Amino acid sequence: MKRFLALVFWILTLPVFAQEHPTEVSTTADTQVEATEEGKFNAGEMILHHIGDSHEWHFATLGETHWTLPLPIIAYRPGKGLSVFSSSRFGHDFKESYDGLKLEHEHLVTEDGSTVYDFSITKNVASLLISVVLLLVVFTSVASGYKKNHGKAPKGLQSFFEPIILFVRDEVAKKAIGPKYHKYLPYLLTIFFFIWFNNLLGLLPGAANLTGNIAVTFLFAFITLLITTFSGNKHYWKHIFWTPGVPLPLRIIMLPVEVIGIFTKPFSLMVRLFANITAGHIIILSFISLIFIFNSVAVSPLSLAFGLFISCLELLVAILQAYIFTLLTAMYIGGAVEEHDDHDYGIGGDDADAPAHVHAH
Amino acid sequence: MLTNPSFGLLFWQLAIFVILLLLLRALAWKPILAGLREREESIEGALRQADQAKLEMQALKAGNEKLLAEARQERDRILKEASAMSNQLIETAKQKATDEGARLIMQAREAIQNEKQAALAEVKNTAAQLSIDIAERILRRELTDSAAQKQLVTDYLQEVKLN
Repeated sequence: MKRFLALVFWILTLPVFAQEHPTEVSTTADTQVEATEEGKFNAGEMILHHIGDSHEWHFATLGETHWTLPLPIIAYRPGKGLSVFSSSRFGHDFKESYDGLKLEHEHLVTEDGSTVYDFSITKNVASLLISVVLLLVVFTSVASGYKKNHGKAPKGLQSFFEPIILFVRDEVAKKAIGPKYHKYLPYLLTIFFFIWFNNLLGLLPGAANLTGNIAVTFLFAFITLLITTFSGNKHYWKHIFWTPGVPLPLRIIMLPVEVIGIFTKPFSLMVRLFANITAGHIIILSFISLIFIFNSVAVSPLSLAFGLFISCLELLVAILQAYIFTLLTAMYIGGAVEEHDDHDYGIGGDDADAPAHVHAH
Repeated sequence: MLTNPSFGLLFWQLAIFVILLLLLRALAWKPILAGLREREESIEGALRQADQAKLEMQALKAGNEKLLAEARQERDRILKEASAMSNQLIETAKQKATDEGARLIMQAREAIQNEKQAALAEVKNTAAQLSIDIAERILRRELTDSAAQKQLVTDYLQEVKLN
């Protein structure tokens, strides 16, 4: 376990900022940066490249040597079937085509323009697999602690994660969902630790930006939407389609608003996580880009200081966003399964008498 | 580009995440949550037992105190009764003694009175007898000699000792 982690750290702490086009004249001697065709550093392009997905895992470029790990390309073409090959077949800069396929700005397309479905193990998928292994190793060892230290105080990893698990159970699930929290706790714990671990992994230099990828956050939001939709009780649906305690004309206006609300809630989940994590990465990359934009080493202390500050902030954001995502998910589920005793929240029906009552005086 | 979810990643993410969720639920969350619940229950049980033991101790203590108080009351009552009884005994004994004494005194007085009466009666009788005897002898001697008679009387008187 320790050796594995050390290996991962060693790989990921290699210089991040590497050059996309090695043919261009580099601006600094040892750290080469991305450059456009005109030989000028383009911060926007570099940043987008780093926070986006890729078909290879690029660790560093030293001089003319690329330290990259080619990743498998898995393409499915209707009629032609599945083709699996290494991304190194596309050549160094993904300029070449192979088996009728080529990469255009990391998009897998066919040369003849027919449709192709890209199931490649991209950098994000590879990172996802690493995080899954990490999560499984960590939490099965935590679970084994409960067997090993049965009836005793928690130890090691177990004692580190136990308060966090208890926090998710007591402060998030129990409070937001109520007595039926048991059913949803595994999902909440899984997304909490998945997001947290991947946020942290994403902060490592050279690592993938998995939780800052809209596909990932979309999927979480979508699963949350499915859970709230399928576990919603009759109060939940009644509140959406025929809001109790509201005058009739208002109910008709409320209906589309409430229906849109079903989707805006998970949508906000999706955008919040995506934007927060991506923004964090962009800020750090921007500060470092300043060195290359000003083309001066003198800027580096400033970049370093700000980059370090934002990195520390991102450590906090990593757990904060995991917490917020989990808490809001729990609240949405809680809203769907909650048993309402007060059908009209004290508005409408009851209050209708109030003005008459006031007039009587 | 950033806001465009890629199909491949969606697919893998869905597949891998669902597997991860199932694996973690079976291998991690279930044992962890069960372990936590078990520990909480055991702690709660221990606390409840401690509370119960405390209550029992209190009840026991209260029972003991009550017993002690009762015993004390009993003792006081017995002491009081005993002292009352002894007082009464003394009182009756005293009374009896007084009565007995008074009775004895009365008896003695009566006896003395009786003796006195008897003695007086005897004195009277003796005196009468003597008088008669003297008178008889005087009468007998008078006939012969008056001087001798006188002598006789004195003799007799000397003879007679009033007991």
